[in-house]
Amino acid sequence: MRIKSQRDFFSGVLFSAFGIAFAWGATTYNVGSGARMGPGYFPLIVGVLIAILGAIITLTALTIETEDGEPIGKIAWKPLVFIISANLIFGVLLGGLPSLGLPPMGLIVAIYALTFIASLAGDQFSAKGVVVLATILAIGSYIAFELALKLNFPIWPTFIA
Amino acid sequence: MDLITNLSIGFGVAFTAQNLVYAFLGCLLGTLIGVLPGIGPVATIAMLLPATYALPPVAALIMLAGIYYGAQYGGSTTAILVNLPGEASSVVTVIDGYQMARKGRAGPALAAAGLGSFFAGCVGTLILAGFAPPLTELAFKFGPAEYFSLMVLGLIGAVVLASGSLLKAITMILLGLAFGLVGTDVNSGVARYSFDIPELTDGISFIAIAMGVFGYGEIIANLAVPSSEREVFTAKVKGLMPTKQDFKDMTPAVLRGTALGSALGILPGGGALLSAFASYTIEKKVKLRPGEVPFGKGNIRGVAGPESANNAGAQTSFIPLLTLGIPPNAVMALMVGAMTIHNIQPGPQVMTSNPELFWGLIASMWIGNLMLIVLNLPLIGLWIKLLTIPYKWLFPAIVLFCAVGVYSENNNTFEIWMVAIFGVLGYMFHKLKCEPAPLLLGLILGPMMEENLRRALLLSRGDWSVLVTRPLSASLLFLAALLLVIVLLPSVKRKREEAFVEE
Repeated sequence: MRIKSQRDFFSGVLFSAFGIAFAWGATTYNVGSGARMGPGYFPLIVGVLIAILGAIITLTALTIETEDGEPIGKIAWKPLVFIISANLIFGVLLGGLPSLGLPPMGLIVAIYALTFIASLAGDQFSAKGVVVLATILAIGSYIAFELALKLNFPIWPTFIA
Repeated sequence: MDLITNLSIGFGVAFTAQNLVYAFLGCLLGTLIGVLPGIGPVATIAMLLPATYALPPVAALIMLAGIYYGAQYGGSTTAILVNLPGEASSVVTVIDGYQMARKGRAGPALAAAGLGSFFAGCVGTLILAGFAPPLTELAFKFGPAEYFSLMVLGLIGAVVLASGSLLKAITMILLGLAFGLVGTDVNSGVARYSFDIPELTDGISFIAIAMGVFGYGEIIANLAVPSSEREVFTAKVKGLMPTKQDFKDMTPAVLRGTALGSALGILPGGGALLSAFASYTIEKKVKLRPGEVPFGKGNIRGVAGPESANNAGAQTSFIPLLTLGIPPNAVMALMVGAMTIHNIQPGPQVMTSNPELFWGLIASMWIGNLMLIVLNLPLIGLWIKLLTIPYKWLFPAIVLFCAVGVYSENNNTFEIWMVAIFGVLGYMFHKLKCEPAPLLLGLILGPMMEENLRRALLLSRGDWSVLVTRPLSASLLFLAALLLVIVLLPSVKRKREEAFVEE
């Protein structure tokens, strides 16, 4: 059978897979019965429902005609990679990675790194602009989170503070 | 009339210079906090609670109420401007509010949210003042089976939030339910789906999912379009205030939303939230005026209705608190704490034993709403200016916002990883055209649904038919089924597809 809607096909397959995995996970907990619901009861119901609906969606994707096959289209790898990396680097620098022995570098360093990497995701990159933006964001964040809200973030690297 | 004397006692208490200052401070603080996702009103109120020991009880409660309302309005602001729902209640506002902003109509959207909330707040206050005792009677009728059915109705209604495939929307709701179940089961203490990660035993943070799916997903999708082709956000900023036509469209929506919110807010436990979703559903069902923007593309009714419903619900949710002592949500629970600190036992006697407190609080809620309009309407111009910043500067700021916002919840970098994961997921949903809004609703309602189902089945000793034998529950489920059928009907289906046609 031809895939009539690529988007729905993959949605359905992914949903089914998730539903089955979730339901299987639910059975590892005590399911119990209606009157004495165990931790696995409701998750089992939800997982099974997701799996069923996923299967139905896949079926409609294979049978119901669509105008253009509803393609998924190109995946925007560059923005995806850079934005997510920016987020991950921010987390690593802000809090440090104890497993690798990386000490927390603090908010300011993390902001500069995040701004730099995230800006690479766009198609107009100017190093000077990024530095200015990062400085503004760093100052703004310092005022908002440290002075105004007193949230006690690690601001400076641990070996300086 | 009793109502007038009571209100005048209240206003007498609330209108003192000192209390007004506290109201203002509360609103200001609340708005700032609401704008920043992550640190929500719960955390703020918790932090400020010790500070209120020194204040007289009325002042303390006034300030806390100001923070609560400010946070709700601030949350709507970020929802409209940058597609980030900072609170559960802003998830609905995001849908049409952000689309309005994209069309250069952020000003009217913000104004609609503000004015709608204010109107609803006034009406809600009046209802609270006049009808508190009889309304609590109604709340008594709702048992766990009714709550479960109400939530099913709410979730089915949420399907209407999605403009695309009905099946996928329902599955997204269930997916949200599934994510909501991660964490420690309240009943048995078993850590579900935590994969031995300690942070997951508390469940997946709503903020992390909201930031990832709505924030990052949107940014990545936007960046996929080259900047020359990208919709210029603000080329056509058409004025700060709603037009006459806007007002004409908004007014019925505000009225409907207020009625809905007032009714649903009385139910302890999330009534105010559901009222926002219910309002959106109803607005969507009301026939479109010719020339009106379809829902999901920036219809002002989609902002005005839910915002009013939300605020009305927030007002009337004080009823179970003040009359029964049952807090409808975490914020109210903290208010109960504040009252207890000041030696006031919230409950039916509060009205008679501490009338100045009770009516002073009610009056101050109204003042808080007024304060918010005064604070925020002029600020709309400032917010608009923010949107004129070129996207290449704006999006790194939003990335930072999301990451820092979620970190500020718990000072835990684990949440930052979660935002990254959900960012990838959010982009995937965007590509597969799976709507994220129903997912968030399922996430919030999931644990509550399980609780109520468990209780209902426990009380009925495992008999599922209790959901249909109890009249109120049966009628709610019937409404849900009806809603589903209406949506599936061919004529409605055609309209939905028309509304969904890509520009």
